[in-house]
Amino acid sequence: MLPTVWFVIVAFFWTGFFVLEGFDFGVGALHTIVGRTDIERRVAINTIGPVWDGNEVWLVVAAASMFAAFPNWYASFFSALYLPLWFLLAALILRGVSFEFRGKFAGPRWRATWSAALTVGSVLAPLLIGVGLGDLLAGLPVDGTGDFTGSLVDLLTPFGLLLGLTLLALCLLHGSAFLTMRATGPALHRARTLLRRLCLPTATLVLVVAVWLVVLAEPGGWVMVAAAVPAVAVVAAAVTGLSGRPAAATFGATTVTIGGLVALLFAGLYPTLLVSTTDPAYSLTVANSSASAYSLQVMTVVAVVLVPIVLGYQAWTYYVFRRRVSAGPAETTAAAA
Amino acid sequence: MDLLDLARIQFATTSVYHFFFVPITMGLALLVAVLHTRWFRRGTPELRRVTRFFGGLMLISISVGVVTGLVQEFQFGLNWSQYSRFVGDVFGAPLAMEGLAAFFLESTFLGLWLFGWGVLSRRVHLVTAWMIPLGAGLSALFIIAANSWMQNPRGYTINSGRAELTSIGDVFTNPVFIWGYLHVLLVALIFGGAMLLTVSAWHLRRRSNPTEFAATAKLGLVALLIGTVMQFHVGGQLGINETTYQPMKIAAAEANWTTCQPCSFSMLQIGGWSADDPPTKIIEIPHLLSLLATGTWNGEVQGLTPLNEQYQQRFGPGEYVPDVFIQYWSMRVMAYLATLVALFGLWGIWLWWRRKLATARVFLWVASWIMITPFLMSTAGWFLTESGRQPWIVQGLMLTRDGLSGSGSASQIVVSLGVVAVLYSTIGVIATILMLRHARAGLPDEPSTATAEADAGDPTPSLTY
Repeated sequence: MLPTVWFVIVAFFWTGFFVLEGFDFGVGALHTIVGRTDIERRVAINTIGPVWDGNEVWLVVAAASMFAAFPNWYASFFSALYLPLWFLLAALILRGVSFEFRGKFAGPRWRATWSAALTVGSVLAPLLIGVGLGDLLAGLPVDGTGDFTGSLVDLLTPFGLLLGLTLLALCLLHGSAFLTMRATGPALHRARTLLRRLCLPTATLVLVVAVWLVVLAEPGGWVMVAAAVPAVAVVAAAVTGLSGRPAAATFGATTVTIGGLVALLFAGLYPTLLVSTTDPAYSLTVANSSASAYSLQVMTVVAVVLVPIVLGYQAWTYYVFRRRVSAGPAETTAAAA
Repeated sequence: MDLLDLARIQFATTSVYHFFFVPITMGLALLVAVLHTRWFRRGTPELRRVTRFFGGLMLISISVGVVTGLVQEFQFGLNWSQYSRFVGDVFGAPLAMEGLAAFFLESTFLGLWLFGWGVLSRRVHLVTAWMIPLGAGLSALFIIAANSWMQNPRGYTINSGRAELTSIGDVFTNPVFIWGYLHVLLVALIFGGAMLLTVSAWHLRRRSNPTEFAATAKLGLVALLIGTVMQFHVGGQLGINETTYQPMKIAAAEANWTTCQPCSFSMLQIGGWSADDPPTKIIEIPHLLSLLATGTWNGEVQGLTPLNEQYQQRFGPGEYVPDVFIQYWSMRVMAYLATLVALFGLWGIWLWWRRKLATARVFLWVASWIMITPFLMSTAGWFLTESGRQPWIVQGLMLTRDGLSGSGSASQIVVSLGVVAVLYSTIGVIATILMLRHARAGLPDEPSTATAEADAGDPTPSLTY
């Protein structure tokens, strides 16, 4: 019972991570496209300024809850994806410091450098995480002790690559939908254009991945139901996005799509955690990889108390910064804090 | 160099580097919250500028601390997967709690504080300022609890080849944890105090905003002195803890090969780094080691050679003595520097009492360099505690070499070490330049309208980044 609860909690953290950090990856990746001048770029960056750091904690918590609830999963998965995860860390490091560093000097080359770091980091991160998460289901050569026995090439599974690409596309769509709610001026107009252009390619990718996922997953009717969620939502996002409905409707639809797709991956995975292509008997499962009952009980109490509080104050943050970001005359001269 | 050395170098480098920014953040966040409170109470524009000025330094430090913290969260699984499988049931819990209780709080409220100027009401904004040190302080609590379990495992049982948690209460009442956590809190106070003092002294020497910087210099001095003086007591307790739980660590720190009673403290010696290398002791203080290690005048301190024999009987053949040279000197760098810093702090208090603090040229010159000392002390401290646990990764339960990833290869660690070296040094240089530049620029100019609109009806977020 408790291992399953924790599987759901881990899936919830990964889902929340992509729902929240997904749009700030998208904004980061697109900020030089929606913003041509430095001020326009800053408008884009500042739409996610107050929230990106809190969003990234979802990744930390997703990893830490894998460690605490399924130590074997954390150990096998992270050591198998050694180099991709280091590149992910490098991408997140460059991206993370770019927010703070970019505004510290006014020189155009300095700003362009850190804009590039923000863009590259925001593109690589969802791509690499997507490949890694896809590998869980597509399977990796893992031996009886849970150790990865393959090489770097084995990590590039076709399904993983497609999932990575799809999550990247979804982040871009999600980010441009967020910009249509928060940006002003030229950045807003370009975000609207981008949103329309991204709709159909992204929807196609999501539908292909959803079908492939159902094929790969353990047979079960409820995976079909779960697959319907992102599939319907991405169509809704495309319809609202292309017809120029209120920005919030499109953003709502992209939220359900990206969250639904990540949740679908975990639904398709259950009760397996990591498929072994060497021998199905070596696959890590909820049953053979979980922490002890006592440890899970302690963690459950902690999660039940803290998760609602966290959701509460993060929601409040979004309420506080609900207004559109604009470049007033004061901002053009004000120094960064 | 083998896999074990490479993996250890990587973990040590990334951890020591990460811990440059952690205590700056913890200490500065606390002192910035104090400054923010001063501004909240008195409402003068100068205090607002002071708060934002030191807040700016804190933000640069946080940005590097947060991203290098991601590496810490991942690398147990990356290079130490067998360790992760063995300890995850116990060790994972505090890590997950750290994320839920501390990182969310720190990161979310950092965004609120940074972007909250003119958006939040003054009262709520002040609360957000205090949430940042609270979050940072909680994060250190959980990670030190996890680390202390590696130094002195308790509240667990060994079941089907792994350590399983049996009492979370035992993990958080571990004496190594309680004193270790106090130690880290005081380290943060020392870092924050030194930062305020260094920057303020630099400006006082140039007579820029002397009123404001005299006030922050005093605040920094008080934090630095309280932190350092209390550290002598906490450090003493940690020494006594080591005698009980990790006798090998303290014996190595004193290069004490044979059991002694009473034991003199070696202030300075040449050689003595291995059992067959007789030391030349240059300065010794009688009874001091007994006092430090046991809290008594004539206490017995076990020597490395008999301890090694005991360990060989308990755990099988092998070498259980850590690197004595590293232990001996890291302990002394830490303790000797702390003594100098404490004396320096007393000198400052004396000048303050004589009302000469803001004008004492020599003191201010020394003070403007004092920020170097916490880095040296904390790095030495981590060497002392982590190298002193070797060859164990979990004291008495798992050897470091048994914790490596089963799928690890030297070539991939070399690649990641290269990435770390390039990335961390670039970012370190840039962060240092940005902090120096920010510190030298002095108090920021305030936009004339910004202060008035704090409680305005329709606040819009400003372009902060």
